[in-house]
Amino acid sequence: MKDQYCSSPRTPRARQRRRSNEIPSEIIKLDGRDLLLVNDQLKYRSMWVRAYSSLWMLAGVSATIYLGHLYMCAMVVIVQIIMASELFNLLRIVHQDNRLPGFKLLNWHFFFTAMLYVYGRILRQQLVKTMTSDKFLYTLVSSLIKYQMAICYFLYIAGFVWFILSLKKKTYKYQFGQYAWTHMILIVVFTQSAFIVANIFEGIFWFLFPALLIAVNDVAAYFFGFFFGRTPLIKLSPKKTWEGFIGASVATMIASFTFASILGSFQWLTCPRKDLSTGWLQCDPDPLFMPQYYPLPILISYWFPWKVIAVLPVQWHALCLGLFASIIAPFGGFFASGFKRAFKIKDFGDSIPGHGGFTDRMDCQMVMAVFVYIYHQSFIVTEDYSVDMFLDQITRNLSFEEQQALYGKLGQILREGLFI
Amino acid sequence: MQKDKDTNTSAVSTPTTRNRHRKRSNEADAEVSKANGDHLLVHDKNKYKSMLTRAYSSLWMIGGFALIIYMGHLYITAMVIVIQIFMARELFNLLRRAHEDRQLPGFRLLNWYFFFTAMLFVHGRILNQRLVNTVTLDKVLYQLVSSLVKYHMAICYSLYIAGFMWFILTLKKKMYKYQFGQYAWTHMILIVVFTQSSFTVANIFEGIFWFLLPASLIVINDIAAYIFGFFFGRTPLIKLSPKKTWEGFIGASVTTIISAFLLANLMGHSQWLTCPRKDLSTGWLHCDPGPLFKPESYALPGWIALFLPWKEISILPVQWHALCIGLFASIIAPFGGFFASGFKRAFKIKDFGDSIPGHGGITDRMDCQMVMAVFAYIYHQSFVVPQSFSVEMVLDQILMNLSIEEQQALYLRLGQMLAGKMVGQS
Repeated sequence: MKDQYCSSPRTPRARQRRRSNEIPSEIIKLDGRDLLLVNDQLKYRSMWVRAYSSLWMLAGVSATIYLGHLYMCAMVVIVQIIMASELFNLLRIVHQDNRLPGFKLLNWHFFFTAMLYVYGRILRQQLVKTMTSDKFLYTLVSSLIKYQMAICYFLYIAGFVWFILSLKKKTYKYQFGQYAWTHMILIVVFTQSAFIVANIFEGIFWFLFPALLIAVNDVAAYFFGFFFGRTPLIKLSPKKTWEGFIGASVATMIASFTFASILGSFQWLTCPRKDLSTGWLQCDPDPLFMPQYYPLPILISYWFPWKVIAVLPVQWHALCLGLFASIIAPFGGFFASGFKRAFKIKDFGDSIPGHGGFTDRMDCQMVMAVFVYIYHQSFIVTEDYSVDMFLDQITRNLSFEEQQALYGKLGQILREGLFI
Repeated sequence: MQKDKDTNTSAVSTPTTRNRHRKRSNEADAEVSKANGDHLLVHDKNKYKSMLTRAYSSLWMIGGFALIIYMGHLYITAMVIVIQIFMARELFNLLRRAHEDRQLPGFRLLNWYFFFTAMLFVHGRILNQRLVNTVTLDKVLYQLVSSLVKYHMAICYSLYIAGFMWFILTLKKKMYKYQFGQYAWTHMILIVVFTQSSFTVANIFEGIFWFLLPASLIVINDIAAYIFGFFFGRTPLIKLSPKKTWEGFIGASVTTIISAFLLANLMGHSQWLTCPRKDLSTGWLHCDPGPLFKPESYALPGWIALFLPWKEISILPVQWHALCIGLFASIIAPFGGFFASGFKRAFKIKDFGDSIPGHGGITDRMDCQMVMAVFAYIYHQSFVVPQSFSVEMVLDQILMNLSIEEQQALYLRLGQMLAGKMVGQS
């Protein structure tokens, strides 16, 4: 996943603690023109380093996609843990932390509570369906789900009380700052990972396609900037250019139209997963993924051998996603750049050579994942929301016998209604 | 609505070692002269004067509150929203620095923009169903409202993204840190303010009882803690609030639990307080009270019956729930007050605002209420709603809220689910 939008400029920043090993000779050239990538002498070398790491990441993601929904969720959870630990460490002041034993533990307590809450909500239906075979496990899991909100709330309150009891004179301000920082991190990290997991279970397409668009956008912006970049785009990121931006937008729109049709033809990618199994997946294809045929206008069909063109309805949605990915998603990268300048840090971490930390890679992905989830829920999912909500309430609150009684009564009422 | 006398007098005692920040409330400076040990309320000579000021404001607050309860759900919601706006304004102003703000025109507007977006999202979610139920008569309005409700999440998200982009485009060199700090602060404030107000509004529409009982318990806890501390307080409770005492804490806990049991009985008999409101009307309310509010009679054990004229007592099942709520109100809710005290010490401020004479700002009054409102909502959803769930109730809701096609779809899916479960269990 290349990074034209989502990395920080290297030259004019102060370095904090130990960071990646870029060569400082670039600092010698400081006037505006030389900051653009076109004139950068060492750009070829840095490009090879980035390309190498990118290929490894690409290979890893492809392997996980091949393995399936559950493994992808596991990958998301792992990425999330790494991001959270990068961000937790970021504004910690080692001097203050020495006087507050157990304070780091509090961060992870809140992380664990958030994980329980978020994944419990999303995977509720899937969990219940997976456990139907074993009676004991089923009742255990059902009651856990029923009281999930209360359990998570009590864990949170325990953390809250722990925080207050650990307040120490003279470090109040630091502790409150860390508490607020923890909350902000957890919100940012969990919102997007929750939505990513929800998207995955709706069909891998809804995770893979947006991620691919962001990657395409970044790679295209990098290359257009590499060869044509002249006019700076925004003061926050001096290496970005208008040529890169516009070139990448066009490339992304075209890519979104074509990739949607390619990806939409695989059942593995388009079928939703109703439980937590890992086997092969068969389903009735959604009308969204069934090709519709449009005859080509005479002008074009004269020159080309095809008479009709097959378009999946999802490709029109893909155009909207592509538009968002090229115009709005880069703002996630700008936000991260601004944040790093504000707090004078070069990268969020140094896990990935040539790219920085995981948060550096995920900043645009986060904005995109939230958008895709909301777009999917608003414009693609059918009006089954109320029915889903009632089914959810019924499974949670009524016993098996009561559900059967409800079923009988509802059937009776519907039959009577038909006769009137 | 709490008369948090102890928390506030603790905030007053600290000026001996704290600097004052800008203009704050006008507590008598004479207290400053007594340093350290002498700051427990029992020893305070000026306590009678401050008590009268507080009592006066408290009576006004209780009076206004009672009037609004009488008027109904919609007016209570309006009151909650007004309080929310005042709290947000106090908190937004708290860590603002006038010098930096002059260089950033329109930045304050951004705060209120996010506030408006959050209000639309949060209250929209809660009042969705009720709004639709209110406009069922007019066809055009119904279509309009239904489509707004359907795309509600998308609308709020677009508004938020617009604000996000606005923020990024207004970032100014040399002010980055201040701006990011303000952005984070805005988010934290909005989360704190809106979580509790949304849960409060949700509770109100489930039945005023579920809003009034927790709020009253917090008030009783505070008053009782003040009075017990006034007369008996000797042992300090926690370093964060030097004026609180163990005697006050324990006395208040006992009082709160007893009054929870009694108040639940008192309030549980009123239909106005116990009935849920299904739409946004304001008229009188009748409903079937539900199993929680039907009195059950227990025969008193022989030895008590000898002394008292009653042979059996009637207890509403909801009174047992009230005991749990009372327990939380006495043990955990004061931590909201400790959090606010710690926060004020950390940032060296005396009060969050000065709207209420003798008490400080509205946030000072609401700090324990906020923790309680969230607990009341979660308790209600986890333990009360499932109990009062009956087949008839669900059937009623299904027939009322779903169209014929949706009912048939529900029927089919329920059948599939039950068939799957029977196979699984056999």
